[in-house]
Amino acid sequence: MADLKALYEAILNGDAKIAHSLTEQALQDGADPITLVDEFMIPAMNEVGRRFESNEYFVPELLISARAMKGALELVRPLLLARGAKPLGKVAVGTVKGDLHDIGKNLVAALLEGGGFEVIDLGVNVSPEKFIAAVNEKGAHIVALSALLTTTMPAMKTTIEALKQAGVREKVKVLIGGAPITQKYAEEIGADGYAENAVGAVGAARESLGLGAK
Amino acid sequence: MHPVIQQLVARGPVVTDGAWGTELQARGLPVGEFPDAWNLTHPDRVADVAAAYVAAGSDVILTNTFGANRIRLAENGLAERVGEINQRGVEISRTAAGSKVAVFGAMGPTGKLLLSGEVSADDLQAAFAEQARALVDAGADALVIETMSDLEEAKLAVASAQTTGLPIVACMVFDSGANQDRTMMGATPEQVADALTAAGADVIGANCGQGIAGFAAICRRLTAATARPVWIKANAGLPELVNGRAIYRTRPEDFARHVPELIRAGASFIGGCCGTNPAFVRAIVQAARDHTTSSHHEGDR
Repeated sequence: MADLKALYEAILNGDAKIAHSLTEQALQDGADPITLVDEFMIPAMNEVGRRFESNEYFVPELLISARAMKGALELVRPLLLARGAKPLGKVAVGTVKGDLHDIGKNLVAALLEGGGFEVIDLGVNVSPEKFIAAVNEKGAHIVALSALLTTTMPAMKTTIEALKQAGVREKVKVLIGGAPITQKYAEEIGADGYAENAVGAVGAARESLGLGAK
Repeated sequence: MHPVIQQLVARGPVVTDGAWGTELQARGLPVGEFPDAWNLTHPDRVADVAAAYVAAGSDVILTNTFGANRIRLAENGLAERVGEINQRGVEISRTAAGSKVAVFGAMGPTGKLLLSGEVSADDLQAAFAEQARALVDAGADALVIETMSDLEEAKLAVASAQTTGLPIVACMVFDSGANQDRTMMGATPEQVADALTAAGADVIGANCGQGIAGFAAICRRLTAATARPVWIKANAGLPELVNGRAIYRTRPEDFARHVPELIRAGASFIGGCCGTNPAFVRAIVQAARDHTTSSHHEGDR
């Protein structure tokens, strides 16, 4: 039997190779995929998030752990689906129109993938129309809007209005984030959720779909 | 020490300039539009910013070329105009600077994260080398690599700029961690000073960040960790959005109050970042002068 505590450690330390091979071996040995995810992988990512929020981890550690998690999850996901487990949901992420910054958006995408969401990355300078298309054509359950600049924040409001105009606002949850964004701003423009950082984005995504914390 | 830098710092604290982006916005640059393109389309307004800093008493002014590397220009459909935008940027600043004020060519980050794999070290190095070459060919006196949040990217930029033989200022943003004394990637002032000194930067510093109050502590730590002169360019606090416009709350006199402490902390170059303007530069010049005078008097006693 593979050492599952080592799987936890590998994700915590961002060692994608070890996380991958331990997961593979554990599955071969007949480990229960749900146990792997719920008792080792998700707790590891939760610890990564805790370390980030208490300033023990910084962006590099966050990124490599999310990557290790994603790799391990990819092995487990088909087994979960075969058992009838529903995927968590699809999130379309993008930096709003007029804003070309993608580092924050990419971190959120990596963490959401690590958290078990399917991510559709729409890139930067994303028009409201593209967000609407992600809902209509790709079935996104959540759109996550990013902005780094105070000057491009207003495009979040425009995007939410466009979603309403297009008649899809009720079909999708809207999350927003980025350096200048606040909870107050999220409430002002009628977003469904806000997170202060990429770790918080996973919690906000779960919450918006009524999945509860994990 | 590089002779260009030595000559500047020999006279005491060197006052640099303030923000360009927010000043261009004050002169009509639409919010969210790419400022560097104005070197080609609105050179008169860019020249106006440069002239305002020279008139305010800057010893060094920068150039409107912060985003003029191939990677960022490509996002704005201007990839083929790297040479032109940097050249015009230096020319505009040089015309305003005359012979008494130095022109340092500004180089900002690419906005891509090396660690995420979206760009390679070679991509970054090529982009920085191209921009550095264009700034040097146009006659810049030095190069300023600024607002870096990834030490690896900053090191690559220094290595690329070094091939030009000009003095290099390299500075990073410290705005993360419990005490806001780490870069986004977690590097401490000591790690930054060590790495950038080893990479060959002639001046090392901190810019942008969280407003001026936190800069003296970071400046002290940089000064303790390197023999190179230290460069400080703080912003006017974090902006608040009021009716769709970014408002910076720090006033010039609030900013200038920190200048004596920065000088005591070892800063050789002092200026402002986002939200600062010529009024801030005038206040810094005055504060630096008052400080120098009062320390001379102390020395007389």
